Order: sequence, then structure tokens, then C-alpha cells
Amino acid sequence: MSELTELTIAEARDGLVNRKFSSVELTDVHIRAVEAARDLNAFVTETLDLAIERAKASDDRRAKGKPAGGMDGIPIAVKDLFCTEGVLTTASSHILDGFIPPYESTVSQNLRDAGSVMLGKTNMDEFAMGSANVTSFYGAVKNPWYVNDGKDRVPGGSSGGSAAAVAANISLGAAGSDTGGSIRQPASFCGVVGMKPTYGRCSRWGMVAFASSLDQAGPLTRTVRDAAIMLQAMAGHDSKDSTSSTEPVPNFEASITGEIKGLKIGIPSEYRIDGMSSEIEGLWSQGVEMLKDAGAEPLEVSLPHTKYALPTYYIVAPAEASSNLARYDGVRYGLRVDAETLDEMYETTRGEGFGQEVRRRIMMGAYVLSAGYYDAYYVKAQKLRTLILKDFSDAFKKVDAILTPTTPFAAFAIGEKMDDPVQMYINDVFTVPSSLAGLPAITVPAGLSNEGLPLGLHLITKPFGEETLFCVADVLENLVSFHTKPAYLSKDAR
Amino acid sequence: MTYLIQGRTNDWEVVIGLEVHAQIISDAKLFSGAATSFGAEPNSQVSLVDAGMPGMLPVINEFCIQQAVRTGLGLDAKINLHSVFERKNYFYPDLPQGYQISQYLHPIVGEGMVRLDMPDGTREIGVERLHMEQDAGKSIHDQDPNRTFIDLNRSGVALMEIVSKPDLRSPEEAGAYLRKLRAIVQYLGTCDGNMEQGSLRCDANVSVRPSGSDELRTRAEIKNINSVRFVMQAIEYEAERQVDVYETGGSVVQETRLYDPDRGETRSMRSKEDAHDYRYFPDPDLLPIDLTPDFVEEIKKNLPELPDAKKVRFISEYGVTESDAGILVAEQETAKYFEEVALGRDAKLAANWVIHELFGVLNKVGKGISDSPIVADKLGNLVDLISNNVISSRIAKDVFEEMVAKGKDPGVIVEEKGLKQITDAGEIEIAVNNVIADNADQVKKFREGNQKLVGWFVGQVMKKTQGKANPQMVNELLLEKLKG
Repeated sequence: MSELTELTIAEARDGLVNRKFSSVELTDVHIRAVEAARDLNAFVTETLDLAIERAKASDDRRAKGKPAGGMDGIPIAVKDLFCTEGVLTTASSHILDGFIPPYESTVSQNLRDAGSVMLGKTNMDEFAMGSANVTSFYGAVKNPWYVNDGKDRVPGGSSGGSAAAVAANISLGAAGSDTGGSIRQPASFCGVVGMKPTYGRCSRWGMVAFASSLDQAGPLTRTVRDAAIMLQAMAGHDSKDSTSSTEPVPNFEASITGEIKGLKIGIPSEYRIDGMSSEIEGLWSQGVEMLKDAGAEPLEVSLPHTKYALPTYYIVAPAEASSNLARYDGVRYGLRVDAETLDEMYETTRGEGFGQEVRRRIMMGAYVLSAGYYDAYYVKAQKLRTLILKDFSDAFKKVDAILTPTTPFAAFAIGEKMDDPVQMYINDVFTVPSSLAGLPAITVPAGLSNEGLPLGLHLITKPFGEETLFCVADVLENLVSFHTKPAYLSKDAR
Repeated sequence: MTYLIQGRTNDWEVVIGLEVHAQIISDAKLFSGAATSFGAEPNSQVSLVDAGMPGMLPVINEFCIQQAVRTGLGLDAKINLHSVFERKNYFYPDLPQGYQISQYLHPIVGEGMVRLDMPDGTREIGVERLHMEQDAGKSIHDQDPNRTFIDLNRSGVALMEIVSKPDLRSPEEAGAYLRKLRAIVQYLGTCDGNMEQGSLRCDANVSVRPSGSDELRTRAEIKNINSVRFVMQAIEYEAERQVDVYETGGSVVQETRLYDPDRGETRSMRSKEDAHDYRYFPDPDLLPIDLTPDFVEEIKKNLPELPDAKKVRFISEYGVTESDAGILVAEQETAKYFEEVALGRDAKLAANWVIHELFGVLNKVGKGISDSPIVADKLGNLVDLISNNVISSRIAKDVFEEMVAKGKDPGVIVEEKGLKQITDAGEIEIAVNNVIADNADQVKKFREGNQKLVGWFVGQVMKKTQGKANPQMVNELLLEKLKG
């Protein structure tokens, strides 16, 4: 492929500004990359004609000296969770068959307003429920990373298509969403940067809801700087989302100073989970040493309620999902499977329209909210959530950022961990606590597993602490100097 | 005046609680900007939020919060500074989100009170709570043999659910409560109270118990009754049905029933076994409502005078009777009309004309006071003509009828028809003299002691003067002349 697909967003931006290439040229090579990489199944819908149209418009703006915004002319991918005006939006679910929204989500609109060029809608776990992108109605996504054992690896999930697209040089960046780790875990599995901002930074308006109190949009990119550039375009208050924050949006890219001297980095002892592999432990220790060498001060911190995070998450998120997904009833849009009676129509439509994992979570959610169980599950989970948040608040009185592994293991083969849902849920053990606390967090590729698959390190800061987050992540990224490319990029060799 | 149902073994008392759904007067819906006007084309007032489209989020209409607080204050109720919207989950085609956003554990308004003036004295009926919620759409089953159509115009419209305590003891009290509640929300401008259009709907919880007992027995809930009269009828029927059930050895089951006004009976809709588990939980798309005391205080300062206070003032300021005052304040428009007529005039006379003559006409033509064929100003002029002895009360009734028919000013009618009262003593004397001269026999009878004949003489004089003579002067002169 052209070397234009290897650029970072920052480099592409500079190239466009300096007229080294046009957006049409840049988009064109990416379109060819999308077409060439269809075997990855990263997209549910390609919007290649639209992309050319938008690229032309971008070049016109630039020719007139009036570029739109910080991402004008940059080709990106958008997770199929964001409603896009006039473009099929499925959340990778059968139940949204044929659903073409007459509206554009705030985040994808913001990205459009910043001038970016959408290449297509990326594949994902159905309704963002999953950690391997295997629950999609449109089939599994393949991780561009593999080793020579003949097995395709999962890209992680739920933003698996977005992560794969960025890793395989199909797209310069991608919009994802993170509920319990759905940006960070696939980014880690695919060796890219994945960032989840503070809950409320990005509007949820027009984003197909999974768990409203947790869902948050964020970027997947190849560098920390790119994540800062992309979040800049995505973030901002939205009066259409009552939970959207009015906190001013700082210049994220400007926070990347390379200077972390004197910053205190918390190392939470509770994240040393039972059975943690030595490669993860080693990676983590290496990260600590690197930040220490850069002048930061590592400090042990305690987040005592960490072990309750996963069970808490698997009460709160399904509870909200069971209610959020009630609107997919076959009455107004999407799939309808006709039946004799109304109740049967509901049952057949939802039975056929939702995949197994979605049905499982709806059942769990309905169960924990039902009369007689509400206090034992939902109310208790809310109390735990408060305690988990307090753990972090206490820790951030002492430290500026917290460093943890992103995932407990590297990408596994498609088909593995399917027998026991709990095994799948463990993927998010390190990302879920910060989701429950609504904190900003980022994963940076930090090394390879013994097998040769990417592993990420994970940084967390206090609410609206994105500037510190980007700053530390950038330093870590430079120190790690991770430049290995996925095997897919040299696939002729396969 | 206790309402009791006579049973075979003992008397039974009725225990009633009402849940009233009142549509909040607001331009936009509770959580979307769509319009709320009644009678619009189906599905013409539906936003993406109201249609439950993917990714759509509710945003609270703050005016509705003000309206709910205003209503709470009008019910003398506790305003909860912290309240929470929750989701009530159930499936129905006209409920696009698959849940109704309502308030459950933390309503915006707590306990309050409604005062009823019953024939045997004042009754205070407790209000348990008031909460905000969104309305559902409408399922239309009668336009196609196989399909149901959905109109989402009402979907998301703001409602207040006002729940009374089980303090009501008779159909009459239930009716009075509903009327009073309607008057209060109309005074406050928070609900138009129109039951026909469904802006005010009522569910009645009814149970019975042996007279003198304190127990609360199993209740039936009669859903969606849309007139005061039907509420009273439904309760009456249901209470008697339950007494019958108990007396024939059965037991009342907790269920939802429907009132059929055509057959005058309630029928079972669904039993407790089919009851939904609504799986309430706080709506994560909405922040809790946290009000400041200042916000509430500001609304309190701008509350209008409410029926109870107005009644007291009418009695003291205008000297009208308690029962007349009660009638005059029952509707804000009536009270306003009355005050326009009464201001600076004989208020008792004004009250009489409003209550007896005007209401008579309005009832006959089936109009409300706001569509009255006679505006307050003109009725005031009529009262003036009577008070100033320009016309007699009897003539005034003719003038009033003419006003109803033609809408003319009473002064003009009096002028045109020459109805001005004769107050010239000389003119009246001539008429009196003529009547006495022409009826020697009757004069004789009177003088022999038949005092009653004075009425007959008055009648004759009035006849001679086409009813225009001042009755008092005629009376005085006749007596003087007849006594000789």
C-alpha cells in the first residue's frame, strides 16, 4: 500500500496543510486499502462514494483558504453504533436491519464539522456487548495481528472493527465507544492507542445506547497525539444530552509537553490479580520503570473495591441495557417477524433479532431489576459503584495518574473463550473500574506477548484530567517506542 | 351525612382513593420540543425522542417542573427539593421506548390537602403525592380489521399524577374532590381540566368495609374514567358489587377494572396475576431534579388567589352567602365574571343575577361562562338599571331575555322599548285613581276587610302602565287611596 496509509493523523494534517497531497488523494488510497482488506470484515457498511464526495468538499474548502476544522480531509472510520444520517446504522444487530437514521449523532456530526472524511461504519460486537467482536450479526472481525499458528485472532471488542481498521492502515483513526473497555481492550489487542474520555465529555446523543451511565465515545488512533487531535473534534457540551458535561474543553494536543517530572504515578496493588501472567506483570513493571526514568514518582496506591468492579458492572450495565433495548420491538423500524398476536410478534422479533449474548444480558438486566431482587442486586451494585468511585477519589488525592495493564492477556483465537461468558468478561477486568467511576483512561501499545501479539498499558486520571492523561501517555509511548507492525501488513508473506 | 350501603347483615362503608392524571399546560412535551396541542393530525407532533429512535435522549422541559411545583403549592403540599425520574418498563406498541419515564421513589411533590365543602360541613382530603411522568401514544384499533394504528402525538406529553389518600367515603365526595382539584389546577393554569379531551383522567381505587371498621380491604382499581359523573357512577356500582361479593361469601380480588358508561357497570380488565413487574430504576439519561428554596419561593410569590381564599373574600367583601360564594368560586371564569359584575355595585343582586338568571340561560344553551351571550359589563349595566330604579326586577327579566337574544346593551333595550320605570308620582296617581274608580265593587270588598285584594289592585295598575310603574310607589299610593 501507499505510504500515505502509514501516516499519523498529525502527519496527514501537516501534509494537507502544506499541500503535499490532497484529501482526495489521501482518501483514495484509503478507499483502496478498505477494498483490499475486506477479508478482515472490519466494516459493516462502506461509504466510499460519500468519502470521495466529502474529500472533494474538503479540498474545495482548503482551496478557498477556509478549512473546516482540525481534521479537515482526514479519512476515518466510525463505529456502527453512531447514527449516521442517510447511512445504514445497525449496531451490528439483525434487529436494526435496514435502519437508516434521518439524523446524525452529535459525535459523528462533530467529526464531520471538523472536516473528517468517513470511510464507513465499522463492525462491532452486537450492541457493543462483547470483548472479541464475535457477537456481531455481520460476523467476526479478524485481528490484523496473527502469528504463524494458522489461527485468526480476535481484535477485541466491542470496537473491534475500529481497532482493526486503524491497525491495518485502512483508516487513520476511528471513532469507538467504551462502556466497560470497548475502546481500550480492542486497541490493546490490535496494538493501537485507544482513549475513553471522562463520562460526559462526548455527547451520547445519536449513539445507540448500551448502558447509558457508562457509554462514552472516544478515539482509536495510532498515536497519543492523534487521539488528542481526534478527541478535540469529538468532545464538547451538547444540550441534547442531559449528562453531557459543561466543563470547558481544553486544547488536548497542547497538553502533550513531554514533561512529566515530579508527577506521581499510582500503582494499584489490587490490580495484581490472581494468576496474572508474568508477561503482563513484566510489561507493567517495565512501564513503571520507564515513567520513573522520565522523572515521575511511582507510588503504591490502594483501590480496595477493585474486586467488586466486574460483578458490579455486570449488574449495572445489563440492567440499563435491558431497558435501553426495549425499544427494538419490531413496531417502528428495523426487523419485524410477523406473528399471530402482539406478544408473539415481540417474542419472535426479539428472539430472532438479538443474538445470544444480547439476549443473555437483557435477561440478566431484567432479573436484577425485578421485584424482590432489585435491592439485592441493583441497589447493592449502585452502592459498590459509589465505593469504587471513592477508591479512585482517595487515590487521586495522592497521585496524578494511575498505571495498570490494559488487559490480562493478549488477543486470543476466534472461537476461544466462548463456552463460559465469565471467561470473556474477564477481558475487561482492568478497564471496568475506571468505566464505573466515569474516569478518563487510555491504552498505549507497550510491547509484545511471548507469542508476539501486542499488549497495552493503561493510564487513568481523575475526572476531566485528560490533559495529564495525554501528557503521560505520550511520554510512555515515546519511551516504549513500539514500532512493530501487524503481520497483516506484510500479508504477502503469510 | 354518612354514605352507607345497606347490606343484609350490616351496613358497609366505601373507601375511595383517586389517582388523577392531569396534563400539564406547556407548549412542548416533557422531554422533547414537540408541540402538545390537541386534535392535531396523527403523528404530526412527534420528535425523534417521542418515537423512541435509537440514540435519542430526553431533556427535561424546565417549564413543566415549574408547573408541577406550582400545582404542589396550590395543594398546600410539601415540595421535595430533590426528586428523581425513573423508568417504568413495559412493552406496548404505543410506548415507543419500551418504558415510561415517571417518578417513583422520589416524587417532586409530597403530602398535601384538598378541602371539600360538603352539605354537612368541610372535609379535608389528603393528597399522598404528585409526580411528573410522560404520557404514552394512542393505539387506534377501529380503522382496520387486522391492524392497529399508532398515533404518537401524545407520546411524551407531560402529565402530573396526583394521588389522593384513601380518604374519600362516598361517590359525592369523590365527585367533589375531582371538581375541586380541577378548579385548583385551572386557577393555577397548570392544567386545562378538560376531561372530554383527556387532559384530566381519573383512576378510582375502591374498596368496602363493614361500617365502623378501620380495616382497608382489597381494592379494585377502575381505570381511565373521563367524566366526574362517570367517576361517581363507577364508584357507586363498584362498591355495591363488592358488598354483594362479600355478602355472597366471596372475596374481592385485586384487579384493574373498566367502567362501561353505556351499561353502567365495571368489568374486569386484568387481575393481579397479570400485573406487570415494571422494574423501576432511576433513568440514567436524566439527572435528578435539585431545586433551590428560592426557585420554590419565587413560584409561591406568584400564585394566584385559589378557590378557598377567594370564597372567604367573596363572603367578607361582597357579603354573599357561603353557598353562593361556593358556587361563584367553583370555576375561575365564573369568579372573574362575577367580580366584574359586582365591582362597585349591589353585589348580592349581582350574585343573584349571575347564579340564577345567567346560569339558567347557560345551562339551557349548553355554554360555559367564557362563551356567555352576555358579557359581564352588560350584565353589570342591567344591575345598575335595577339598583337605580330605572327598571323593575320584573321588567329586568324581559330586558335580560332580549339581551340573550340580541346581545344588546340593556340601556338601549330599555330606551328602544320604552321600558323605563314610571316614577312620576302624578302619573302613577292617575292610574291608581282610574283603577279605583273603575272597580267600586272590589274597593268595597277591600274596605270590608279583604286585605289580600291589594295584590289584585297592584296587578291592575301595572297592567295599565304596561308593567312600568315603580311597584313600591304603586303599593304605597294604592294603600293610601284604598284606605280612603
